[in-house]
Amino acid sequence: MTSATDPDAYTGATPDNAIRDADRAEKGPVLAADGTPLKASLARSLRVQKLRALGLIAPLLIFILVTFIAPIADMLFRSVENQIVSETLPRTVQELERWDGESVPDEETFRALAADLMIATELKNHTRLGSRLNYETTGISSLFRQTGRDMDEVGEVYLDQFVELDEAWEEPETWMTLMASDDWLTARDQWATDKEEAEAAQDAATTAEEAIALEFTTPEPDFQLNQISQEALPRTASIYRQFAQVIQSEDEDSPAEEEPWAIVYQALYEDLTAGRGEGYDGEIAGLLTEAREAVGSFEEVPVREFFLEEVDEDWADPEVWGTIEAFSSPYTAGYFLASADFQLTPQGIERQPEDQQIYGLLFQRTMFMSLTIMFSCIVLGYPIAFLLSNLPVRTSNLLLILVLLPFWTSLLVRTSAWKVLLQQQGVINDILVWIGLVADNNRLELINNQTGTIIAMTHILLPFMILPLYSVMKTIPPYYVRAAKSLGATPFTAFRRVYFPQSVPGIGAGCILVFILAIGYYITPELVGGTTGTFISNRIAYHISSSLNWGLAAALGSILLALVLVLYYLYDRIVGIDNVSLG
Amino acid sequence: MPDGTNSEAFVAFDRVQKSYDGETLVVKDLNLAIGKGEFLTMLGPSGSGKTTCLMMLAGFETATHGEIRLDGKEINNIPPHKRGIGMVFQNYALFPHMSVGENLSFPLEVRNIGKAEREQKIKRALDMVQMGDFAGRRPAQMSGGQQQRIALARALVFEPELVLMDEPLGALDKQLRETLQFEITNLAHELGITVVYVTHDQTEALTMSDRVAVFDDGRIQQLAAPDALYEQPQNSFVAQFIGENNTLRGTVTKLSGDQCVVKLDGTGEEIDALPVNVGKVGDKTVVSIRPERVEFNPDLGPDAHTLDAEVKEFIYMGDVFRTRLKVAGRDDFIVKTRNRADQVRLSPGQKVKIGWLPQDCRALDA
Repeated sequence: MTSATDPDAYTGATPDNAIRDADRAEKGPVLAADGTPLKASLARSLRVQKLRALGLIAPLLIFILVTFIAPIADMLFRSVENQIVSETLPRTVQELERWDGESVPDEETFRALAADLMIATELKNHTRLGSRLNYETTGISSLFRQTGRDMDEVGEVYLDQFVELDEAWEEPETWMTLMASDDWLTARDQWATDKEEAEAAQDAATTAEEAIALEFTTPEPDFQLNQISQEALPRTASIYRQFAQVIQSEDEDSPAEEEPWAIVYQALYEDLTAGRGEGYDGEIAGLLTEAREAVGSFEEVPVREFFLEEVDEDWADPEVWGTIEAFSSPYTAGYFLASADFQLTPQGIERQPEDQQIYGLLFQRTMFMSLTIMFSCIVLGYPIAFLLSNLPVRTSNLLLILVLLPFWTSLLVRTSAWKVLLQQQGVINDILVWIGLVADNNRLELINNQTGTIIAMTHILLPFMILPLYSVMKTIPPYYVRAAKSLGATPFTAFRRVYFPQSVPGIGAGCILVFILAIGYYITPELVGGTTGTFISNRIAYHISSSLNWGLAAALGSILLALVLVLYYLYDRIVGIDNVSLG
Repeated sequence: MPDGTNSEAFVAFDRVQKSYDGETLVVKDLNLAIGKGEFLTMLGPSGSGKTTCLMMLAGFETATHGEIRLDGKEINNIPPHKRGIGMVFQNYALFPHMSVGENLSFPLEVRNIGKAEREQKIKRALDMVQMGDFAGRRPAQMSGGQQQRIALARALVFEPELVLMDEPLGALDKQLRETLQFEITNLAHELGITVVYVTHDQTEALTMSDRVAVFDDGRIQQLAAPDALYEQPQNSFVAQFIGENNTLRGTVTKLSGDQCVVKLDGTGEEIDALPVNVGKVGDKTVVSIRPERVEFNPDLGPDAHTLDAEVKEFIYMGDVFRTRLKVAGRDDFIVKTRNRADQVRLSPGQKVKIGWLPQDCRALDA
């Protein structure tokens, strides 16, 4: 150890140097004075600082998380989420697994559909599902709505026959005995007693306020099935439980006081004809045994026929079933396929019919117009930024205010101003006609088309190009151009080879800003774009607020986001994001 | 050496004036002729008009009045890129987005010189400034001194006959500055180029130049070789500006040929001086004596005048001693003596006699 940096060379061997040398020789982690590793020690000493920094950014962080990150995550999720089908039609979806994809499904499938739709109708979910599936196959919405109206008829024939067999089947009490768990019955009795007492106390109240204060608001305990019936009569129990839930939650009634829907009898019939129910040994085993023996001779009305003949013959259409099956999984690529002009059919992924391929066109148009706007901004903004950065400060400040002026004017006002200027009877056309450049009967169409959108948006986004350009140009000292000229370059060459390359970071920043803002712009194209000048964002807005197809809107939005990120990545690779200067 | 009116001068300023605002003249009636191969420095305090003159010569500023000629041709209306003048800037002005090689290639490319010849010239220019290995570097990857060498190479690579340098060493540290001063002078003489060099550093001006033009208030105060400038300043500004200087104020009492007697303001003592810039007996004058020309207890002959002085401060500076004296009522009179074995070291409070040869004491304008 005799290198120049060796501490011994200067100080001779000291105990400290010896310790350091020993430490280095062991090549272990460097230790702090108290023996803990230096890294840990450093981290501890910086912790307070880090926590304080975190505390300072916490409000913004939380704000961003809640108002920005979370909605974006939700939107990304919505673009693939499709739980409505499997949640609304759980039985049907399960039965359809057996379906061959071509014929009309069998009786079992229709029975499952009837049960699902009955519940959905009561919960008013069937129209939502109809709308959802209608995005995929037109006509399903009305089919579902109409079918919903007929659902309470399913099983009526069995209801009548069960009641004819024994009137006890009509009594809610019988069903309670059959289905409810003991725990629930006890809890409900307790609740009923509490309620009576409370009502008695309320009756005894002397003033209205006191009565209101004493009002009994506790809801009935949630219905619970008993284990025996669940095992012995699975279908009946499943439907009855949903019936009880609907009665409790939607109607705020008690299943103990309501006669079940016909569909429950339908399910009971299905259970009993399938030979189930033998395991039941509860209080009304006798009644059930009697019924089980009798169902064989019941008049049978197949649900399938009821659907096909009474409800709607569209239920024989394999496309309807195919759509349900294709969208039965809880997550789907359907929205993304639709965004790319494809569709998910029972036969697989297919191209949309030609007349419905609009999204590809819209994306193309969005890209094209954003790029056009971006280039217009460069062409118009570059000279202004150049002027701004080369004029004396006082003059350039005045010009800068003029550049910033649009920022202080409402976006709507600016856009509306363009409407006034650009329309066929507007200021610009009037002037052109007056000059004689344009014939009076052949005025230019400058608005409600692409031209209008490009003009208005170029104007609106121009400051976003000028400001980064200006901030970069201001840092380019004048002596570079002088040097170039002194070296023999003509003013144009000096500009092209010396000044312009140094202003490229500003162009890059301006391009990114303008392009990203343009690609997602909504208000201006909506107001001046007509039909040919609208962006993909207008379609997204349409799906969000008019067609309510949020999944498709989310998928389109996700694609837009991905597109911007890809372009940003490419830009980083080609130009380098380090070269972008926002001033 | 050409004088100010020689029409065969390589660069000539003829009655040039410059005003930026139309109210004040930054350059007032400039006449200057620079010979071919000459190293001329424009020296002056900031705001004296020297940089403006350089910019007019380079073509970045236009003369308000007068004519600027290069090699006999008037260039007032020729744009800078057609003048073929090399220029080195204070902040180097190397193009940051180009490598060193590309920077040097630039003036050759705009002159449409072929690739092979370009490479050869670039190599020669880089070798000239001992930066041959740096062609691939970016300006940001080099130190200030290296950048300035590259800037120099770039100004020379297209072989201009005239190179302008605008305080090229101003941003460098002292040691580097001295090395580069030496290199630039050598290079200029080797290549036989004419250099117009602007600086406010008088040492730089004195060590590098063939002639120095001292600027003040938009005029050339004196144009002379460095030694003449130092030893024979023509007016009190030059005397003050160049080197260290003692001044004593007084009135001319006797004037005869190359000798005059000045009665000092403070004490009324009389001294002999060389009349350089005085009119007549009775005029106010400022006499200037260099600190190293003053002697203690002089033995200068019988008729030489001496002055009484009191030592105020003695500063040991290694190679020299600086002694501050109170002379003729003023206590800022400096005497520099060499550190010799037999040199007396005075201590504050001591009374001494001082004196000098009359020709070292120059009576200038007041």
